[in-house]
Amino acid sequence: MIISIASGKGGTGKTMMATNLALSLSADVQLLDCDVEEPNCHLFINPKYGDVETVTTPVPEVDDQKCNGCGKCSEICQFKAIVVIGETVMIFPELCHSCGGCMVVCPENAIREEGRELGVIQKGTLGKLEFIYGKLRVGEAMSPPLIRRVRSVADPGKITIIDAPPGTSCPVITSMRGTDFVLLVTEPTPFGLHDLKLAVEAVKLLDIPRGLVINRSGIGDGKVKAYAQNEGLPILMEIPFDRQIAEAYSKGKVLVEEMPEYKEKFCALYHEIEKIVSDGATL
Amino acid sequence: MKELIIISGKGGTGKTSLIAAFASLAQKKVLCDADVDAADLHLIMNPAVIDRHDFFSGHTAMINKDRCTGCGTCTELCRWDAISDEFEVDSIACEGCGVCVYCCPENAIDFPEDNCGEWFVSDTRFGPMVHARLGIAEENSGKLVTLVRQKAKQLAEENSLDLILTDGPPGIGCPVIASIGGADAVLIVTEPTVSGKHDMERVVQLSAHFKVPAMVCINKYDLNLEATQAIERFSKKHHLPVLGYIPFDPTFTHAMVQGQTVFEYNSNSKAGKAVEKIWDGISIEIGL
Repeated sequence: MIISIASGKGGTGKTMMATNLALSLSADVQLLDCDVEEPNCHLFINPKYGDVETVTTPVPEVDDQKCNGCGKCSEICQFKAIVVIGETVMIFPELCHSCGGCMVVCPENAIREEGRELGVIQKGTLGKLEFIYGKLRVGEAMSPPLIRRVRSVADPGKITIIDAPPGTSCPVITSMRGTDFVLLVTEPTPFGLHDLKLAVEAVKLLDIPRGLVINRSGIGDGKVKAYAQNEGLPILMEIPFDRQIAEAYSKGKVLVEEMPEYKEKFCALYHEIEKIVSDGATL
Repeated sequence: MKELIIISGKGGTGKTSLIAAFASLAQKKVLCDADVDAADLHLIMNPAVIDRHDFFSGHTAMINKDRCTGCGTCTELCRWDAISDEFEVDSIACEGCGVCVYCCPENAIDFPEDNCGEWFVSDTRFGPMVHARLGIAEENSGKLVTLVRQKAKQLAEENSLDLILTDGPPGIGCPVIASIGGADAVLIVTEPTVSGKHDMERVVQLSAHFKVPAMVCINKYDLNLEATQAIERFSKKHHLPVLGYIPFDPTFTHAMVQGQTVFEYNSNSKAGKAVEKIWDGISIEIGL
């Protein structure tokens, strides 16, 4: 079972949901922080750190001895990452999407690939919880390949919880695609509602079962609830706005440890999700 | 002309509410929403769209079944697992690299340009605004950000306006890089939480990497005074001016629900006073 946690709007409580859900379940759980631009789960999990792996993406390197300047590589490249001027080949590795096209079409076999660093993935554990997060190198624009690498460690024998980045574009899609359930988290405000609608459209496009958590309920207005009801989006949990929760969060404390009564609620949330997923499978 | 971008690293620290508040204070400016992925500024600005344009960028492969012989060259070369065994292209997975198009021996793959979203030039009660909407699950957000910033600049020049106030996206990736490159300054809005500070540190590194001067302000500063002090220490160490402290104040949320700026909702709130002070600081720092 893979559950991804997404929101559209940032700062609505994805990390809070991901970490608390991971810490509440007694089964074997993996927590994957796919918000590689700004990973935060580790600040709350404080795992025992293990291996760090540098993640690279293949980019072309040209052997000048073999290159005859024919220009086929720049002709196929859609991303302007390889350009031939006269007989000189110029490579712009940060624009390269690593499709391998230039290498495939080079008639002289003059192109090979070398790795360009995108960031790192860090592994760790907390008791039986397995924790992995990706960290994009500062200045790097291309996050999807790093997110794919974080996701590649998903173990089918475990419950995998994915903390996705905000938004609705490629990094989020890469984080949610192929997961069994998307748990959307929002706050009941106009910004929260607007971005939730976008996120719901994205999840629909991927055709994944979904449910909603309303965080900081009590602030804002009632329009998120009305939307969820209209949309047939089940509201699986509501967490009231509470200054005590906000203060605990600010210190890196975990809700289910500060307020243990929440543990049961997170377990119930998981069972709801499990039920929705298995009902969907039997339809 | 000056261009100020508001960023934060972490989402939900108050970028959009703050830029809306600045819109109430700043004179002669263009508003620009560079958070094209989840744009929210229009919810307060209520823009009247004057010009609407489609945004085309990139391509998606489409296999023409009549010409396809099922040789499998495309599936073999595709690094995105975007082509199924039945030779259907998954348009979400397709990266638009064109390798399959180029290498198909039957020329059976079409490669139409993608309509990735739209962008707008609008009028608001605070002056002109440029904003956009990236299509769901679309790519090339960086290119749309660049386009929106170019249009805002053009609009400012044509109307002799001396400031562009830009709402930036969260994170440190492609759209953020596209938002801040070449700007006069960034204002980093952070909050006194472990994640607020962590994410701010990364966005400070990013601004330094692209050599854009950064300033800091702390929202909800009274939520955790120790964390606020830690942010102050970090800022001092990196020679970043801390321009002000906004208290935790539900006025921001109430104003948002009404589609108003914090000053329109209540001309005398604690948060409003703090925002005025930050704005004075910005005006001095960037020389308005």
